[in-house]
Amino acid sequence: MINAYDILETIRMIQDECLDIRTITMGISLLDCIDSDIDKACEKVYNKITTCAKDLVSVGEGIEKELGIPIINKRISVTPIAIVSAACKCSPVKFAIAMDKAAKAVGVNLIGGYSALVQKGFSAGDMELINSIPEALACTERVCSSVNVGSTKTGINLDACKLMGKIVRECAEKTVDKACFGAAKLVVFCNAVEDNPFMAGAFHGVGEPDCMINVGVSGPGVVRAALAKYPDADITEIANIIKKTSYKITRVGQLVGQLASKRLGVPFGIVDLSLAPTPAVGDSVAHILEEIGLEQCGTHGTTATLALLNDAVKKGGVMACSKIGGLSGAFIPVSEDAGMIDAAKSGVLCIEKLEAMTAVCSVGLDMIVVPGDTQADTIAAIIADEAAIGMVNSKTTAVRIIPAIGKEVGEELDWGGLFGCGPVMPLKTASASKFINRGGQIPAPMQSLKN
Amino acid sequence: MRAIITVIGKDTVGILAKVSSKCAQYNANVIEVTQSILQDLFCMIMLVDLSKLNEPFAELADAMTQLGKEENLSIHTMHEDIFNCMHHI
Repeated sequence: MINAYDILETIRMIQDECLDIRTITMGISLLDCIDSDIDKACEKVYNKITTCAKDLVSVGEGIEKELGIPIINKRISVTPIAIVSAACKCSPVKFAIAMDKAAKAVGVNLIGGYSALVQKGFSAGDMELINSIPEALACTERVCSSVNVGSTKTGINLDACKLMGKIVRECAEKTVDKACFGAAKLVVFCNAVEDNPFMAGAFHGVGEPDCMINVGVSGPGVVRAALAKYPDADITEIANIIKKTSYKITRVGQLVGQLASKRLGVPFGIVDLSLAPTPAVGDSVAHILEEIGLEQCGTHGTTATLALLNDAVKKGGVMACSKIGGLSGAFIPVSEDAGMIDAAKSGVLCIEKLEAMTAVCSVGLDMIVVPGDTQADTIAAIIADEAAIGMVNSKTTAVRIIPAIGKEVGEELDWGGLFGCGPVMPLKTASASKFINRGGQIPAPMQSLKN
Repeated sequence: MRAIITVIGKDTVGILAKVSSKCAQYNANVIEVTQSILQDLFCMIMLVDLSKLNEPFAELADAMTQLGKEENLSIHTMHEDIFNCMHHI
């Protein structure tokens, strides 16, 4: 029989340290739903999603029960809608409504893919889709949107950055009554990945199979608890402890993915081995960094500890699973992490430090609330900065910031649940408008010339 | 399919009997049991074969959780694969 200590360890990880499977995300290609008649196309989209994902939630719940591990979210990602809607030559909001309706019909809490990929320029359908994002996110509940504005291979589309600065603001303005929640469902990427199971940035890339299952694991609480047992370990040992823990977490992700794939009759894609925090006590990435030895996340040393954490998570996870993908690393969404919220409120964690942190972890400026009077060009400049970090470092970066319309520093936005609450964080007030309004393309860096 | 049932709580008379009779009720065959008592904390780990289960697995798991609530114990019923995958290469 399995060692009693191991059994109790697994149970403790789940019961006391918030180990869970964060999401099972079904990726569905909508390429076969393209039609020049938007109503016909939307009907095909609805039918395809509700057919492919009809058992997703029940299968997820069955696995949850059998293995005794919570699977927090069941979600869907689809082909970027800009591609599907290009032939319609009209506003694609109807697609968002069809996606929302399908998500509700199958019982998933979020559906991603109201997206456009414009890293090198706008093709047919892209501009219509981007301009419709504020309305689409305001009139739907579960639809998430993303736009890729840059990549290491192509450079950064500065026109798209400028446009997205405006769109992010509009998303917040259109949803003031819901604490500007529209902007929390929109991610602006550089080097977006095609098999990311995590929202709001998930979409199903065109190189992916027709339908597949991707799994996102979590477990910051488990890592923190493992480190707490070794208060005097040196930093090399700390890295090893994280690796071992990450291995165990990822193995469970792999098992859940394989079971889900078998029961749904859909190929198993990847495990995204990310440490994704929630606002719940004991589920914070910031608290891991504090366990390593920082008085508070955001102080000097944060970047180094995060780099170590991110690297060790990957090294542990990569051996545990046959197929790794997605974003894979540590997430640092401010409003979704109890330790980050405290650090931001106390002023120790500022946006400049967060920007540095994004150079060494898996995502970007995530779930950050900024003053309501922030200009669109300032948001565009933040997007451009973040995209530059991604482009030069050949990694994914993203911006998901929420302008708190009508609020200023000292106030906060509270969404509750997994999205948490975020204090309004101060930004620089000097303008970057001239730079943003130059437009054009920031050329791809030398790193792109690998052939 | 085999599952592992863990029972943790304050030691009282008849815990093993109650859990194993619940297993019998669902036709789950107990293969192995280890138990230890640390101070007054009871900890039992039971490996059961579920291949001839007369109800769906979820019902057994719910019944065990319910028994745990009634007896003030923490009872978890989990497929053995989760332990195998996590602790074996």
